[in-house]
Amino acid sequence: MKIAITSTGNTLDSTIDQRFGRCEYFVIFDKESHAVEFLPNPYKNAEEGAGPASVELIANRHVSKIISGEFGIKIKSLLDSLKIQLIVIKDPQKKISELIGLLSH
Amino acid sequence: MSPRIKIIRKVLNPPVIKGFKPYGPDTDKLKQEPVLLLYEEYEALRLCDYDLLNHHMASVAMGVSRPTFTRIYAHARQKIAQAFVEGTQISIEGGKVYFDSDWYCCESCGCYFNNPERETGVEECPLCGSGKISRFDYDSAGNNDDYGQCSDLCYCPQCGFEKEHQRGVQCNQEVCPHCKGELRRKRNINNW
Repeated sequence: MKIAITSTGNTLDSTIDQRFGRCEYFVIFDKESHAVEFLPNPYKNAEEGAGPASVELIANRHVSKIISGEFGIKIKSLLDSLKIQLIVIKDPQKKISELIGLLSH
Repeated sequence: MSPRIKIIRKVLNPPVIKGFKPYGPDTDKLKQEPVLLLYEEYEALRLCDYDLLNHHMASVAMGVSRPTFTRIYAHARQKIAQAFVEGTQISIEGGKVYFDSDWYCCESCGCYFNNPERETGVEECPLCGSGKISRFDYDSAGNNDDYGQCSDLCYCPQCGFEKEHQRGVQCNQEVCPHCKGELRRKRNINNW
């Protein structure tokens, strides 16, 4: 099972990005193999449509959960139809390594 | 030119059945092809004729515009009428819809999450695996901006008594505590 996390940087010490569509990096974490992959977000400076484009990018990686601080209004309907779970964390200080630790419970 | 993209419609409750079959002595002589009622048409019918919402409220619930909702609803009635008159089966399937998911809140790590798999319930937090989860109602948590907050006042035309208007309570049902008269609504000009 793969989980996507929005991140402000490309290290494990970076904090979670509170935006989904325009985050700096996506972290793809594989729960089985514990592999971590950092994907730079090509849509971070997009004028519009960053959210749906990011959903497509993430969905192509067969991710089953997305962790972010906030999701835009177009996102929930898209992810519901793709059966991807949303997890919202309102704490901007949370580090990627902490989240991965929580996920490997 | 490519046609306009259809907005994906929100369905709150999927139907409990897959369709309807006619019965009676001559049903096997009638044509066998079922009428295909789309999920969104079922939902339109449910909101309008079962939950008794008006078209505007129902269109908000489905996430489409009011004219689009009316069109979906008209199609639903046409198809059902056709099935009734011609004695065909009704099959509920298809349509550009998504099934709305509920929000949950984890008490141990403080995260919020939804459950896109409606059939299987949630027992634990997907993040920390804790079992301390509860349903989270987005609207009742004070985030319901769809209807806007109202800061109107109720006033008494006889003695000038004023109180804050309570949403959902009609002003003329309330009684002035001083002169026992009916209250009226006083619009707050700043809101208009």
